[in-house]
Order: sequence, then structure tokens, then C-alpha cells
Amino acid sequence: MNIFIGVIITLGTLFVLLAAVGLIRMPDTYLRISVNTKAATLGVGLLLGGVAFYFYDLSTTSRTFVIVLFLFLTAPVGAHLIGRASYFIGNKLWDKSKMDDLQGKYQKNSHVLKSEIDDTPEDNVDHTKM
Amino acid sequence: MTLVEYCRIVILPVLAFSVILILIRFFRGPSIADRIVALDLLITTGIGIIGVYTITSGSSTLLDTGMILALIAFLSTVALSYYLERRSKKK
Repeated sequence: MNIFIGVIITLGTLFVLLAAVGLIRMPDTYLRISVNTKAATLGVGLLLGGVAFYFYDLSTTSRTFVIVLFLFLTAPVGAHLIGRASYFIGNKLWDKSKMDDLQGKYQKNSHVLKSEIDDTPEDNVDHTKM
Repeated sequence: MTLVEYCRIVILPVLAFSVILILIRFFRGPSIADRIVALDLLITTGIGIIGVYTITSGSSTLLDTGMILALIAFLSTVALSYYLERRSKKK
């Protein structure tokens, strides 16, 4: 049982470390958001799972389950909000990114998302010429 | 080597090293969105450290603090991105 807990905790620590290295190495705000919301959440989930297996009683298991559930529910919402905000304040994509799916679809002044490219001047965000 | 010693000798220093890496990004981040992401990841790593410290100390009291920290991390991310978006919005 202790070996199993050790393996789980080692995997979780590895994921958290890889998330930290990715936060340093990634060239773009959006890629950093993706690191934050995937690798770190999985790592902390594995760590708390190890804690639940170590104590093996109801109160600890319920508390770790609540923490993991809350993290899994709130990570996509927070990532979406911060990605949207950083798109509006004009963070550029990485210059080796192939395409920008939202180019010209978010209206700059009213912050409304349209489903086709609207070419009215001074009202759409263009990240290639900003 | 027991599990508690393994956590204290191997796991906690690795987590502390990753906290240092995240702090480098927090102080160096080019835009304010990078700093917010780094802050969120810092609190998430802190919850992991709280979990490992629960194993080494043997008492599970500190997990309540982890719950509060998860809530505060989500709340701070939502509030900061809300004001960041409203700052760039014109009427």
C-alpha cells in the first residue's frame, strides 16, 4: 500500500514540476494558460489522491474529494476567463502559431463574439497588426 | 526509507523548486495576464504542498486550509480577469 501511495505522489509531483517548467519555457500567454489548467490540476489531483489513500478514513477522503472536485470544476472556467481577458488587452500569439481562429470575430468596443469575420474598421481586434 | 521520510526528503524539495520556478515567471511575466496565471498556479501548487505536509505531519487538519485556498484562487482569478477585461472595454 505504501509503495502504491509513493508511486501516486511521485507522479503528482512530476506533473507539478513539469507544469512549473512549462510555465517558464512556454513562449505565449495562451500556452501558459493551457499548462496551468491541465498539468497542474492533474498533479494536484494525484497528490490529494495519495493523501486520501494514506489516511484511509471518511473525513480526510471527503475533504480531499471536495478539494479535487472544486479544482476540476473551476480550472476551465478560470482559464477561459483569463484567456478572454488577455485576448482583449492585446497579448499577441506566438509568432510561430499557425492560425488565429478568433481573428476579427471579437468586436473591440462591445466585446461581442460574432461567428463570421466582420470587417468594419476600428471595431474588430486584429492581432497581426496590433 | 518509509513513506514519511520519502515525502520529507524527495517530494517537498521538488515542490519547493517548482514554486521557485513559478515565482520567476511571476516576477518576470511580460504582461499582467502572465502574472495572474502564475499566481493561480502558485496557489494550486500550495494546495499540493499542503497535501504532502499532511502526510509528513500525520494530522489532516490542514486540509481545510487547502479548501479555502482553492476557493480564493478561483475567486481572485475571476475578479482580476473581470477588471482586466473591463479596463479594455469602451462604452
